[in-house]
Amino acid sequence: MSILVGKHTRLCVSGITGREGSFHTLRNREYGTQVVSGVTPGKGGQSVEGIPVFNTFHDAVDRTGANTAMIFVPPVFAADSILEAEDAGIELIIAITEGIPAHDELRTYSVIKKNGRARLVGPNCPGILSPGRANVGIIPAGFFKEGNVGLVSRSGTLTYQIGNELAQRGFGNSTIVGIGGDPVPGTDFIDVIGLLEDDPETDLIVMCGEIGGDAEERAAEFIAAHVTKPVLAYIAGFTAPPGKTMGHAGAIVSGSRGTAVAKAEALEAKGVRVGRTPTQVAEVAVSLLGAAA
Amino acid sequence: MYYSRQLMDLLEYQGKQLFARHGIPVSPGRAVRTVEEAVAAADEIGYPCVVKAQVQIGGRGKAGGIKLADDRDEVRRHASAILGMDIRGLIVKEVWIELASDIASEYYASIVFDRSAKAPLVMLSTKGGMDIEAVADEDPDAIAKLHVDPLLGFQPFHGRRLAFEAGVDEDVVRPVGAMLSKLYDAFVAEEATLVEVNPLIVTPERVVRALDAKVTLDGNALFRHPENAELRDPSAEDEQERMAHERGLTYVKLDGDIGILGNGAGLVMSTLDVVALAGGRPANFLDAGGGSKAEAIASAVEVILSDPKVKAVLFNIFGGITRCDEVARGLIEAFAQVKPEVPFVVRLDGTNDVEGRRLLAEANLPNVFAESTMDGAAKKVVELAAGS
Repeated sequence: MSILVGKHTRLCVSGITGREGSFHTLRNREYGTQVVSGVTPGKGGQSVEGIPVFNTFHDAVDRTGANTAMIFVPPVFAADSILEAEDAGIELIIAITEGIPAHDELRTYSVIKKNGRARLVGPNCPGILSPGRANVGIIPAGFFKEGNVGLVSRSGTLTYQIGNELAQRGFGNSTIVGIGGDPVPGTDFIDVIGLLEDDPETDLIVMCGEIGGDAEERAAEFIAAHVTKPVLAYIAGFTAPPGKTMGHAGAIVSGSRGTAVAKAEALEAKGVRVGRTPTQVAEVAVSLLGAAA
Repeated sequence: MYYSRQLMDLLEYQGKQLFARHGIPVSPGRAVRTVEEAVAAADEIGYPCVVKAQVQIGGRGKAGGIKLADDRDEVRRHASAILGMDIRGLIVKEVWIELASDIASEYYASIVFDRSAKAPLVMLSTKGGMDIEAVADEDPDAIAKLHVDPLLGFQPFHGRRLAFEAGVDEDVVRPVGAMLSKLYDAFVAEEATLVEVNPLIVTPERVVRALDAKVTLDGNALFRHPENAELRDPSAEDEQERMAHERGLTYVKLDGDIGILGNGAGLVMSTLDVVALAGGRPANFLDAGGGSKAEAIASAVEVILSDPKVKAVLFNIFGGITRCDEVARGLIEAFAQVKPEVPFVVRLDGTNDVEGRRLLAEANLPNVFAESTMDGAAKKVVELAAGS
């Protein structure tokens, strides 16, 4: 098994006719992902290398049975495209687009939550890869193979770095989920960690966080209460200076300082091992699972 | 991401001008850059007035950056002292001249983007005019808090609940609620991530007014707000940061001597950590972003090298959407344009890494060292920076 994307995935890509959109769609298809359709308003009836393009998500769902959407349109159109996919009954929406205004994200998130029909992953994320099954997004799949490590991360390139360090030590992955680092992620660490806990093919969960917000602190609480599998964490930003934020309202909201030290302490207090470098994370993984392959 | 999302902090007067556009009561005032302009502004506004340093830092009053002036001579004296003043590293280039207010009560109000609850959080307290973080520590119950459903918006009952819960004087419950409602309108309409008023005052005539304004705008939304995109803070502009901003790069200046370039905020932050663990001190954070083309890389190198403190540069690239051959071409282009005098350590992994490494090897650039791991690259660059 894997989580979120796999052989059951029937992908429809919003922005399939754009340069980046078509490039990555075709790479995903080449990997084995079932790409069934695309959406570009005004280009319905065309096709991209044999993939039919529709004017609306509703048409794409009706005609091709799409159950998963990938959003590749520019930030100004992205929130609308996500809402359209949700309205059309898509179950899993993966938003790659970077730079969506925060208030758009807030509105989109609130609608999806209220309706309770779809899951949004991202925005501003590299997508989801279940090695050997499906790749939806921009993760360079060639670096990863099938295995028993579930990986969830706020950062794209850091995911590749850590995934690659694990691969060099013989580990493969059940599923790699990029949740994105934006202020209002559709899916949080705890959602993915919960899914990985229930996934029989995952034996080790690696979470990769960074400074800002309190998602890692909340994950620490969740792990202590609900997770039986070993969890290993990495936090980026120990030496980053605090952002130049003004006003004090932010700091008193969550009670967390949002620093890497605070996050590492919160995780370690709940028994989660925290590696100080990507290399150390891979070394600790070896000690937890034994040398693989 | 932490650094890639550009937040735009406004100066007090810019925040007040934004408030005024949304009908939030503020005192009349003018922003000026010279002593003569300050005197002319005060004459126009009337006395007594307040001369306030416009820098984005707390504790302006304690630092002597806020002064009351009863007449023209005092305005002249205070403006001369405050313009050019160094307040914790920021040089005051503008002052705001504002009509002085009589104060009966000082409250605190704010609306912040609560990432954890994924909803705007509105806060109100009667303990205004002081450090709200200290209030939150010592007397958390003194701050009334309420999350607003973004799909519903701020309703009049929200304002009443907050006002009664915070314990504001009963005769001003309605105007305080109205002000919160207008602050919420401004928060949404201007796409802010923070609006904060401290103090929110009640005058002896029972008029409610915003005596200070802190506003942070979402840089990603500025395309919808061209008038806000024009706002500038001359005191906070660093040369490299301005250069990077103009080139569309995410750059934060740090105080070390090792220039850093990477792709993706998380990997760049991780690179800073690994360099620090190896005993080095990064000079900057620079995220070249996803899918960087050669020109963008060359342009980023120029920004990094324009900081005279840089003694060595580390490129740490793990290509996903970014292609390593493009990064290599960018570096080769940069060397043709700027002829760097400092050593470079380059680590290329990921998409098209073999091609990237081959291009670099063929170009045979002077003083460029290829490393295959992140830890190895960090150690090498620290060594080179120490040796030069």
